[in-house]
Amino acid sequence: MRNSSHPITNKQKLSFTFNGKKYFGYRGDTLASALIANNVKIVGRSFKYHRPRGIFSAGSEEPNALIELGDGPYKEPNTRATNIELFDGLEGSSQNFLGSVNFDFMAINDLLKNFIGAGFYYKTFMWPRRFWEKLYEPIIRRAAGLGKLSLQADPSQYDKGYLHCDFLIIGSGISGLMSALLLAETGGEVLIVEEDFVLGGRLNSERLVINGNQSSNWIRQAVKKLKSLKNVQILNRTTVFAAFDHGIFAAIEKKTDHILEKSSKPRQINWKIYTKLCILASGAIERSIAFPQNDRPGIMLAGSVRTYANRFGAYYGQKIAIYTNNDDGWRTADDLKNMGLEIKAVIDTRKGIEALSSSIPSYLGQTITKTYGRKGIKAIKLSSGSKLNVDCLAVSGGWSSNIHLTCHKRGKPVWDNKFKNFLSGGNGQKDKIIPVGAARGIFEIQNIISDTNRVILSLIKKLSLSMPNRITLTSSKEQYSCSLDLVSSSDPSNSFIDLQNDVTQKDIELSFKEGFKSVEHLKRYSTLGMATDQGKTSNILGLASMAKLKGTNISEAGTTIFRPPYVPVAISAFAGRSRGKDFRPTRLTPSHNVASKRNAVFVETGNWLRAQWFPEKGEKFWRQSVDREVIQTRNSVGICDVTTLGKIDIQGEDCSEFLNFVYTNAFAKLPINRVRYGLMLREDGVAYDDGTTARLGENHFIMTTTTANAPLVLRNLEFVRQCLLPNLDVHLISTTDSWAQYSVAGPNSRRLLQKIVDKPKDITNENFPFMACRELTICGGIMARLFRISFSGELAYEIAVPTQYGNALFDALLSEGQEFNAIPYGTEALGVMRIEKGHVAGNEINGQTTAQNLGLSRMISKKADSIGNILSEREGFNRSDIATLSGFKPVQRNQKLEAGSHLISAGKKPTMENDEGWLSSVAFSPTLGHYIALGFIKRGETRIGEKVCAVNLLQNKTTEVEIVSPHFIDPEGDKQRG
Amino acid sequence: MLIDHPLLGPRDASEFIYMGDAKLLNRPNWKSQNSKTKFLDYGYLRKNPAGVHKELWYHEQGDRSWLLVTRNTVTHEILKVELARDTKGK
Repeated sequence: MRNSSHPITNKQKLSFTFNGKKYFGYRGDTLASALIANNVKIVGRSFKYHRPRGIFSAGSEEPNALIELGDGPYKEPNTRATNIELFDGLEGSSQNFLGSVNFDFMAINDLLKNFIGAGFYYKTFMWPRRFWEKLYEPIIRRAAGLGKLSLQADPSQYDKGYLHCDFLIIGSGISGLMSALLLAETGGEVLIVEEDFVLGGRLNSERLVINGNQSSNWIRQAVKKLKSLKNVQILNRTTVFAAFDHGIFAAIEKKTDHILEKSSKPRQINWKIYTKLCILASGAIERSIAFPQNDRPGIMLAGSVRTYANRFGAYYGQKIAIYTNNDDGWRTADDLKNMGLEIKAVIDTRKGIEALSSSIPSYLGQTITKTYGRKGIKAIKLSSGSKLNVDCLAVSGGWSSNIHLTCHKRGKPVWDNKFKNFLSGGNGQKDKIIPVGAARGIFEIQNIISDTNRVILSLIKKLSLSMPNRITLTSSKEQYSCSLDLVSSSDPSNSFIDLQNDVTQKDIELSFKEGFKSVEHLKRYSTLGMATDQGKTSNILGLASMAKLKGTNISEAGTTIFRPPYVPVAISAFAGRSRGKDFRPTRLTPSHNVASKRNAVFVETGNWLRAQWFPEKGEKFWRQSVDREVIQTRNSVGICDVTTLGKIDIQGEDCSEFLNFVYTNAFAKLPINRVRYGLMLREDGVAYDDGTTARLGENHFIMTTTTANAPLVLRNLEFVRQCLLPNLDVHLISTTDSWAQYSVAGPNSRRLLQKIVDKPKDITNENFPFMACRELTICGGIMARLFRISFSGELAYEIAVPTQYGNALFDALLSEGQEFNAIPYGTEALGVMRIEKGHVAGNEINGQTTAQNLGLSRMISKKADSIGNILSEREGFNRSDIATLSGFKPVQRNQKLEAGSHLISAGKKPTMENDEGWLSSVAFSPTLGHYIALGFIKRGETRIGEKVCAVNLLQNKTTEVEIVSPHFIDPEGDKQRG
Repeated sequence: MLIDHPLLGPRDASEFIYMGDAKLLNRPNWKSQNSKTKFLDYGYLRKNPAGVHKELWYHEQGDRSWLLVTRNTVTHEILKVELARDTKGK
């Protein structure tokens, strides 16, 4: 019901639907306030027992009113109606029911309540064990659940952002605004973050007077002042949900959630906030009282009933009773009475106090023993026996300081017996979070004003910043005291402690009886406080109940702590824009455009997209293209983009000593304009990476690494340079992206390059032999580097130009190569040719093989120290029966080989004991006309000609193979030297 | 976490690669007696204390400095940050 004289009714009228039915509300409503104004009593079903539930609170602590918001791919489950800002066209619906929310077939669980208490599932569904995963769990999950995902990709954009400030102020209630005003005067950067869409915090919910006026006047002035200051930034609709080390906080801003039209703006922004200090003005959260049938729709927190009435003019009922254990419940009674509502009673659990209002019927020292009305409260019964007809019951179990964020770095709360409340016990690190106001356990407004002045001014003094004047405010006087009467003694199985997880007083008793008495055990056994609300309104009840059972007090029983996130945060907000192909950057090679035009098929190698093969007209199957590329390269000339290999430029007087140390083999005597193959080990003696390194000058080398290891090798070289050999004069920089590099391979490669380079004589076989390199110019003065190295076994070169010429050079090589039928080839042909030649690659240097396995042990120089040198001498690496690199071909030449097959001696069973090695790289060799493989087999070099079995147990296939030399073509290397 | 880089000032920990125990700075002499055992210890045995720990962080998304960070692993308080190359031989 709506108070028609409340100012909200002058605002814009908004229409929305809930569970398919159309309603009206006003701008400034939350979905919860609009539902209350429209007399919607049942908004959801409880987690386990499917009991009808109504709105319970007015903030992010809401346990009941979990809503599926939006439709189709935009749908977001488990949002709290109390946090949803109403907008025109909003669509919301209840969740966790079968049938309709008003008649839920799953409510059968409620009748079985006595059987399905804490631990029931684990005790009952343990047998037979294998049924748990397949049968029991899926059924239970369907029955006990929260909202459902749309299972469609959310088309909304989410973003991430970074904010830096000196003072982060969380909350814009009176203490937050005062802190901001004071700290802004120091000149520091102030950031105010408010969860609500309006600023002012609790002041919006109360009828308090500040400086002789409604408190809203003061809010308006304070906000106006703050907005005029250049060093103050205000973010509303933003919730700080996590506190991290060193003053880093995470906050989620709902940017366009309150707008129907899907705009180009992000839906939510996940902010990372860096601050020097955090002022926690997050206020307090009211808690409930556990009593029989205390979960009926219409039973709400007293402060929230007040909020709905004062801020939104929305009343859940007209005949209201208040059940309280503290003074604050009486304020709800006063406020509602002043609005003309009928207050049936204030029931105060405390004995021996005086009624705080004489004009309201009061029942002191009494408790509620029963309530009536399954789908909305109708009556209550008191311990004295009286029965009162009510349509709304406002409950207050006192207030808990909202110290959630102080726990995120394991700060342990401490008990304040005066106000029966846990306070921040420090936050584990140098007091970066300073609570003020109600978050500091100060509950009366006049004290909040003086205390906030004191805390903030002494902070400013401590920081030696310029001192502002204290803020003088006169205000209404509040009075607050509280008892710990939180749990009733009758009907424990119907006295709900944790509404969201359906934990009752009986579950706490069961937990105690079964020995789960510590608060941490209680939490896990009963699931108290483990729902999405983390027990914001209920934890203290459970703790008080357990303390009572143990015969101790709550301060000794202790408390569990809160964890991030303070409110549930959608995964999309963590992903931000890193979705789909934007999950990580895509690196394109310099020849990408030319390759695309030639219809290349691309493959992802790390972040790179590389041409895998270039299909030509009439080629239907990938191998047709690959075979053609291999044959044409071996017959004439082919060009392949090898830019992705890591290039590290190494300069300095001590480069050669440095290279001697990082490679197993010596580089010091490498002549200028020569290239050498190098092998790197890890310190544990396992092979790590290989590549060629070229010497361009006395103190200038260019190292190449494998594509995959490029950043890792640089990291390790930097480690050696800075941490192991810091006295050497060596400088490193990655030039992978600065140079486009192409392999030009095949018998016509020299003739093709001679058309490109400015001085063709420079690259004759005599002037530029195998393993030579030099800087030269091409195409009329463009600088280039030429390396005579071969990965294919052919006469071959790699030519590098500054990246901006890469596309043009690839084009030029192909057009100048037309007379030789030059073709581009992709990574598949590259792979086939290196297997034919017997060169190792990532399949062989896979982190499990040593130089000995690779047949490269002669490359470990014993004249000088190098990484991995000593541990490569380990006994196990040097046994006579280790597996060594070998070549393999099928005995029946038409048979296919599979990489990963294991090698077993002829006639033996395929078992682990008989395993002698494996095939690492397999290709169809168009040059030889059959499949070939590289692999490792025990004592391979001594077994040439032997026939063994390649066993593939996954496909249940056994192929007879012959052990051969790994160099399938041109073993003497005449071609590459020619 | 923020790491107060000696050259660049406070930088977010996400810019760094963590490499653990700073013992890796003390690579054994390859000519020493029992060098194999010493290298095995060097390679495989790391300290992992609850409390003050000297560890290596690499500023990969930054200036590529290797840093020697003295950090309390319980509170995450960072007590000292040095360039690893400056600490060698100390």
